[in-house]
Amino acid sequence: MSDALLELLPSVLLEGLLLGCVYAMIALGYTMVYGVLGLINFAHSEVFMIGAVAGVEVYRYLGPHIGNPYALALTALVVAAGVSGLLAMAIERMAYRPLRARGSTNRLVPLITAIGLSFFLQDFTRLIEGLWHGEFYMNYPANEQMEALHELPLGMAIQNKSILVIGVTIVMMLALDYLVRKTKLGKAIRAVAQDASTASLMGINPDRIIARTFLIGGALGGVAGVLFGLLYSQINPFVGFIPGIKAFTAAVLGGIGNIYGAMLGGLVLGTLETLGGTYLFFMTDGAIGNEYKDIFAFIILVLLLLFRPQGLLGKTQGEKV
Amino acid sequence: MNAAAVLQLQNVQAFYGHIHALKDISIEVREGEIVTLIGSNGAGKSTTLRCISGLLAPTEGKILLRGQPIHGKKPYEVAALGIGHAPEGRKIFPQLTVEENLAIGAYLESDKTIIARRKREVYELFPRLAERHKQDGGTLSGGEQQMLAIGRALMQDPAILLLDEPTLGLAPVLVELLFETLQTLHKAGKTILLVEQNAWHALQIAQRAYVLQTGIITHQGAAKDLSNNPEIKQAYLGGD
Repeated sequence: MSDALLELLPSVLLEGLLLGCVYAMIALGYTMVYGVLGLINFAHSEVFMIGAVAGVEVYRYLGPHIGNPYALALTALVVAAGVSGLLAMAIERMAYRPLRARGSTNRLVPLITAIGLSFFLQDFTRLIEGLWHGEFYMNYPANEQMEALHELPLGMAIQNKSILVIGVTIVMMLALDYLVRKTKLGKAIRAVAQDASTASLMGINPDRIIARTFLIGGALGGVAGVLFGLLYSQINPFVGFIPGIKAFTAAVLGGIGNIYGAMLGGLVLGTLETLGGTYLFFMTDGAIGNEYKDIFAFIILVLLLLFRPQGLLGKTQGEKV
Repeated sequence: MNAAAVLQLQNVQAFYGHIHALKDISIEVREGEIVTLIGSNGAGKSTTLRCISGLLAPTEGKILLRGQPIHGKKPYEVAALGIGHAPEGRKIFPQLTVEENLAIGAYLESDKTIIARRKREVYELFPRLAERHKQDGGTLSGGEQQMLAIGRALMQDPAILLLDEPTLGLAPVLVELLFETLQTLHKAGKTILLVEQNAWHALQIAQRAYVLQTGIITHQGAAKDLSNNPEIKQAYLGGD
C-alpha cells in the first residue's frame, strides 16, 4: 500500500498546489481589506463567485467567436477581474463607507452587513441567472486543448489548463508585489493601513485608497473565480461560500493583513487539505474519506489559533475581530 | 505687520469630546516667521494644530490660509492647500522605509525631479536620514523619527509648517540640534508654527509667541518681550 501512496504523492501535491493557487488569490482580497480597514469583508466570497459567473458568461457568449482557448480564458479572466473589482468597490461604497462616515467603530456592524450582503448577492445571482438562462447551475465547457496532458518526471502529468492556472497566479502575485512595494498607490495603501489619519495629513484621501484596495482585492477574487471554474468546471451562485471561508482561513494562516502571508497560507492550506483528504482515506481504509477534507482545513485553523494566533508570517499583536 | 499673514485663526472654538478645548483663539503667523505656541499640558496647543490641519473641526470661528478659509475642510484637502503638519508623537509610518516615508510626504507632487530635489534638501538637512534611507521607520531612534517626521512634512513644501512638540522625549544634544535645524529652516524662509513644551528654547528662536492656558490665549507678543515677562518666567521658564 505504501508504494501506491508514494506514487500518488506528486499528483496529489500538484492537485493541492492548484487548489492553493485559488485560495491564495481569494485570500489576498481578505487580507488587503483587513490591512486598510481592520475588518473581514465576508462578502468577498461572493465577489469570487460573481467572478466565476462572469467568466461563464464570457464562455457562453464569446466562446463561439474566440477559437483559441487561451485567448478565451484570458478574456474571461479580464472580464471577471473587472466585474469583481467594480463589485467590490460598490460593496465598499454602499455598505462600509456609510458606516465609517457615521463614525461607528463597532466591528460587529460591518460584519453583519457583510453577511447580509453575501446572502443578497447569492440569491440575486440565482434570480438573474434563473431569469436569464432558466437555470442557475453553470459549467465551464471542457476543451480538448486545455485538458491535454504533458508528461512530467516522477510519473506526474499536468494539463494545459493547470499550467495556465499556475502561470496566471504567479503573474498576478508578482504584479501585486510590484504594485504594493514600488508604486505610489502601493505606498499609499501601506501608509493608510498603518495610520490613516496621519496619511491624510500628507494629502492622501483614505477613502479613495480604500476604494482602490477593494478594486484590486476584488479583481484578484474575480480572477480566482475563473481559475476555479477552469479547474473544477461546475459553478453555481452558492459556490463562493466554502472556497471563501477556506481562503479566509488561509489568510489567517499566513497572518491576516500580510499579503505574502495570504499567498503562502493559500498554497499551504490547499496542499495540506488535498494531502489530508487523500491520505486519510487510505490510512483509515476509507472510513474517513475525501468528503472530510473541509474539516481538515478547519482543524488546521483551530490548531493554528491555539499555537500561533498571529499566523505564519504575522507579527504578534493582540486585538481585532 | 509688514509681511503678509500666511495663517490666521479668528475666534476659533473647538470641543474635544465634551471638553471645551479652545475658547476663542485668535492667532496669526506671517510669511517667514517662526511663531511659537507655548503652555502647559492640556492647554490646547495640539488641539489648535489639529484644528488647523483639519483633524478636528472647529465649532466656531475661521481659519484662513493666505486669506482662503480652510476650516471644516478635510485634512487631505488642507494638506493640498499648503499645510504641512508634523503631528504629536511623530507618527511616522513604522513599516515604511525612511525613503518611503518621505515619498508619502510628497504624495501630492507628481513631478519626479521636484520630488528628487526636495528629498535631497531633506537629506542635506538631516544627513542621518540619508544614512538610514533603506531602514524601516519603526527601527529609528526617537530623534531620527522626529527628523523623519519633520522631513516628511517638508516634502510637502508647505506654505506653513506645523510642528507639534518636536523635542519631546529627546536627549539634550538632540534638542539643541533640532532647534538649530529650525533656525536653518527659518533662514531659508520657511514659515513655522511651533508648539513646544520647552518654552525657553522656543522663545529663543521664535519671533513672536502666544501663551495658551486652558484654551485661552493669556499672553501674546514678541518672543523677546514674553521671555522677559516675570509672570511667564514664573509659570513656564522655571522661575528666575
